[in-house]
Amino acid sequence: MRHSLIPVLVVVAAILAVWYVCAFTLNSAWTKDQAARAGVETGFSELLADTMSQERPRLPAPHQVAEELWKTTIEKKITSKRSLIYHGWVTLSSTVLGFFIGTALGILLAVGIVHNRAMDMGVMPWAIASQTIPILAIAPMIIVVLHSIGISGLLPKAIISAYLSFFPVVVGMVAGFRSPDPIQIDLLKTYNASRNEIFWKLRMPASMPYLFTSLKVGIAASLVGAIVGELPTGAVAGLGARLLAGSYYGQTLQIWSALMGTAILAALLVGAIGLAQSATLNRMGMAR
Amino acid sequence: MNLVILAIVIWLAAWGANIYLSSRKRTPVTQIAVPALFGITIIAMWECLVRGLGVPGVILPAPAAISARISVSTDILWTDFVQTVLKGALSGYVIGCGSAILVAVAVDRSRFLKRGLLPVGNFLAALPIIGTAPIFVMWFGFGWQSKASVVVAMVFFPMLVNMVQGLASSEPMQRDIMKTYNASYWQTLTKLRMPAAMPFAFNGLKISTTLALIGAIVAEFFGSPIQGMGFRISTEVGRLALDMVWAEIAVAAVTGTFFFGLVALAERGVTFWHPSRRG
Repeated sequence: MRHSLIPVLVVVAAILAVWYVCAFTLNSAWTKDQAARAGVETGFSELLADTMSQERPRLPAPHQVAEELWKTTIEKKITSKRSLIYHGWVTLSSTVLGFFIGTALGILLAVGIVHNRAMDMGVMPWAIASQTIPILAIAPMIIVVLHSIGISGLLPKAIISAYLSFFPVVVGMVAGFRSPDPIQIDLLKTYNASRNEIFWKLRMPASMPYLFTSLKVGIAASLVGAIVGELPTGAVAGLGARLLAGSYYGQTLQIWSALMGTAILAALLVGAIGLAQSATLNRMGMAR
Repeated sequence: MNLVILAIVIWLAAWGANIYLSSRKRTPVTQIAVPALFGITIIAMWECLVRGLGVPGVILPAPAAISARISVSTDILWTDFVQTVLKGALSGYVIGCGSAILVAVAVDRSRFLKRGLLPVGNFLAALPIIGTAPIFVMWFGFGWQSKASVVVAMVFFPMLVNMVQGLASSEPMQRDIMKTYNASYWQTLTKLRMPAAMPFAFNGLKISTTLALIGAIVAEFFGSPIQGMGFRISTEVGRLALDMVWAEIAVAAVTGTFFFGLVALAERGVTFWHPSRRG
């Protein structure tokens, strides 16, 4: 990991540089337009200064986004409706709830698929087909319908997250439960182990690396689900609502800071699972 | 009430049939019959339960009502399909995947760039890129161009990561033998490394099919002309015309499955040599 640190930093720096150049070119049109209306000539340095500090830029410069992030997370009270932490918390709670529902469902389905041939042949094709339905596209309807039968708040968003996150878990865990060699299963059978014991003593431990890989995919999917689930609720709370409100009122800084908020949240969630992964696999002696 | 009982009977019958079928030898017929039975059961139970329990159409319309709506409004569904799938999703998919492959080939020449780009690309691929939709709508307007660019942004990184991994997947021994043949960079690329990268490339292409559809539809929530599947879904939900919404969903699901199937078919043709295909 250490030997790739410098290349990663270089790539990130390159992205930031491209971002600044894009911000300059995209924003300079507005500045020139304003200057032409005021009838003043703008030199390059003034142009540069202005494109980096517009209030509603077409593309905010990275430092503006960072500034906005700082303002809305550190300087605002957490309870404030303008605090990104408040909105992030709303999104996080439905993400995590949906993630747990989806993971539990996924593991249960995987256990069924591994132990029951009818389920293996019947459920698996439909689990795959269910993912070709763009659930995110119908998220608004699910929210509205559940609202109309009296379910509102955290749960509808969590259901969308769960729907998105169960699939990677099913696929990963089926592969994981089937990962022990036949020879190992045979050995346990010669010990007269029951299916139950084979499951708990062999299949379950063997599936752990697969579990964490699919959990990482699942939590990222959950976050996307929660964010899209927040769009149709009338932009009340959550990072998705910030995105939508920002796009309604042309507040580009707000959009970008919400976007960065989701990126940070995604990184934290995936990172947390990564930590749990290395801790668990180390304890089990499975770390590579 | 009778219909509810009928639903339960259908369920039990299908369950029994599935157990019977799956206990027999695996033939192509049972391979298709079991999932088909599963799907038919779900639709039949859906129909019976919605009617039997008197679920109002504004909550969950019955499959019969949805198919009736589809047959009545094929022209609307077609214009939405053209706007969202052909103009938005497909053009974005081609541009996004194509440019990702080109960038991957370019990056592949430098070990330094590859080391730096893979973690960053993996990170970006995990991000909710869908959040950039409002920004692209603001930049490129309400037309299909903004949807295509959202799709480009969504499919680019998964495709790039897969392609870079794929290009690195040929074994040192194979590359050495190309060198002993005095093969040039381009010959090695086209004759060894590109073919070796294909299983990875198709993995990325398959992931991208669903992402492309989702991107094109969700981007329409942030502003669109008065056509398109996402536009139709969001406006018809507002009017509580859920049969129309479900009709769009059915079109989206069929399109998604078809799109995925097409790519999977192409994969079968291209990667016939791969161990997982020969099986």
